[in-house]
Amino acid sequence: MAVMSIADALKSAIAEEMRRDPTVFCIGEDEDIPGGMGGAFTVTKGLADEFGFERVINTPISEILIAGVCVGAAMVGMRPVADLQYSDFLFCMMDQLVNQAAKMCYMSGGQVKVPMVMRAPCGATNRGAQHAQSPESYFVHVPGLKVVCPSTAYDAKGLMKQAIRDDNPVIFFEHKLLYGSSRKEAGAINASSEIPDEEYIIPFGKAAIRREGKDITIVANLLMSHRAIQAAEILEKEGISCEVIDPRTLVPFDYDTVIESLRKTGKLMIIHEDHYNLGWGAQLAAYIAEHEIYLLDAPICRVAAYDTPIPFSPPLEEYVIPSTERIVKTARVLAEM
Amino acid sequence: MIKIPSKERALDMYEKMYLIRAYEEEIYYLFFEGIMPGTIHQSTGQEACAVGMLYDLRKDDYMATTHRPAGHDLAKGVSLKSMMCEMFGKAEGCCKGKGGAMHTGDFTVGAMTANAIVGGNLPIAAGVALAFKMQKKDNVVVCFFGDGATNEGAFHEAMNAAATWKLPVIYACENNLYSATTSIKITCNMENPAADRAAAYNIPAEVVDGNDVLAVNEAARRAIERARKGEGPTIIELKTYRRCGHSRNDACGYRPKEEEEAWYARDPIALFRNRILEEKVATEAELAAIENRITEEIKEAVEYAKNAPFPALESALEDIFWQGGND
Ligand SMILES: Cc1ncc(C[n+]2csc(CCOP(=O)(O)OP(=O)(O)O)c2C)c(N)n1
Ligand SMILES: [Mg+2]
Repeated sequence: MAVMSIADALKSAIAEEMRRDPTVFCIGEDEDIPGGMGGAFTVTKGLADEFGFERVINTPISEILIAGVCVGAAMVGMRPVADLQYSDFLFCMMDQLVNQAAKMCYMSGGQVKVPMVMRAPCGATNRGAQHAQSPESYFVHVPGLKVVCPSTAYDAKGLMKQAIRDDNPVIFFEHKLLYGSSRKEAGAINASSEIPDEEYIIPFGKAAIRREGKDITIVANLLMSHRAIQAAEILEKEGISCEVIDPRTLVPFDYDTVIESLRKTGKLMIIHEDHYNLGWGAQLAAYIAEHEIYLLDAPICRVAAYDTPIPFSPPLEEYVIPSTERIVKTARVLAEM
Repeated sequence: MIKIPSKERALDMYEKMYLIRAYEEEIYYLFFEGIMPGTIHQSTGQEACAVGMLYDLRKDDYMATTHRPAGHDLAKGVSLKSMMCEMFGKAEGCCKGKGGAMHTGDFTVGAMTANAIVGGNLPIAAGVALAFKMQKKDNVVVCFFGDGATNEGAFHEAMNAAATWKLPVIYACENNLYSATTSIKITCNMENPAADRAAAYNIPAEVVDGNDVLAVNEAARRAIERARKGEGPTIIELKTYRRCGHSRNDACGYRPKEEEEAWYARDPIALFRNRILEEKVATEAELAAIENRITEEIKEAVEYAKNAPFPALESALEDIFWQGGND
């Protein structure tokens, strides 16, 4: 057992898979330059020492190239793990992800697989609108892509190993405030976990119940799962008992765990840093309304980033992103309904 | 060596360069003392590029910049106070606090909102130039980008169209030898990543000492004249060097010490200052007076910005769509 940050847990997952499987390789901008950072957030730092620069590739600033090279290499037997530096740059490679990676298996009638992992650091961190987004939902919408969003180091490791072994393109969101890397971030949260010495894998499509409760079911991912737990602790003292569920993967989505919880609570609250308008919570809300509306004792309630680009000014950013306080306030209203 | 200009012009150029240096040094201090929020990508060491390229633009000419915008913005005439307020996320910032360090700019002086997507500004600059041409204006655009940006697909699409459509745009590559931590040598198989590619698009190109403000300025004036006359784009590759990390927390462990020392010995501000003194364009006392004045102005701007109010929270919900009324 060792306590690890998410950054270190991811590194250890990638290194283990690279040792186990010679087809796995890392690729990205500033991926592992001697004297450099190791991607933007230290995850891949030092990997070239063990695996060499043939398997830890430092690319030009060329996002279309990075994604396209992953698609091509994956189609002929490799398992690329690419690093985006910031998830905002996913938009620079949208064609390769949406028109190419996601559709190759299908268009070919199942002749070819595209096992690739696109690592995408997300979340608002006072960097301004082009380095701040939480764009999970764009990818949830695309058939053929899997979408992963770990919020603890334990999950990050187990899900990364699964992502690398998965035979499909996986968009892997990593929250900048949860990394716990040597690169300090204002407002960072400790998401470290004890990591077993033995190998483990976390399958996709299995949510984690972070906290049990009987009055309200809260479903929240990434940073918001931590804020939901903080909110639940505050609410507990007021006699409101919240069950906090972290979906861990958005595609596939574990509806069953949410439904089971709703059988107890009858109240659903969804929290994400992604925008309100068609954030992944909209899909979950629609699904529950469509299939399990009779479990609900009150309207479904969503707390999400307001529908604005993310402003730089710290108080404005704080205002736009769901805070623990906003979650608590909303839960109080829901509890009364 | 290029002839030194008139006293007035030389001192004005020097002042602008000094302002950028002093501003960046102050920002560095404020950031690392935890007084200023956000993130930083500084232009320390690249002042001659900004001032040389922009000195002869008109106010209504446009300038497009990158994640490293402060020098360009100050040289184009964005006010010090509004820059400083933006860095603190204050309501009086040039972007009302919504932009931050990577998105400063002020359209009233032709400084387009800085673009933090590497390569993102290159086609946009072509678009502005296309519009100027369609509108039969003689305005031009100067578009800055880094060596690393030349590897983006957007670079190639923009160059091809700018050349084919003979657009009034000057593409100024600040080749500081690195994109973040990566040496351009390992990502591009060319000595001059911007200028050598110009031939592929049939665009005239120059490689210039980016630490010599007069050399930069001379190349800029040639390109501006070409663009104004409708003769199309120019690529100017400026060889320069960062005297700072790529962004915060960067000790530049990926740069050889000898390389740093060689470049540090050619500081653009010291070089120009020495020439002014050697050629007796101005006295030490005159230069010191300028420097002291700038230092004071920066101090004032910092005090002002620190004490200025934050934007109202609800202002976060404004400006998503245009609220400026109809033409
Ligand atoms: C599309 C995109 N990819 C990656 C980044 C991350 N990034 C920010 S600056 C930078 C290096 C840019 O290098 P260069 O173009 O040489 O400009 P310099 O920083 O040297 O001024 C990188 C990779 C980004 N901002 N945008
Ligand atoms: Mg560069």
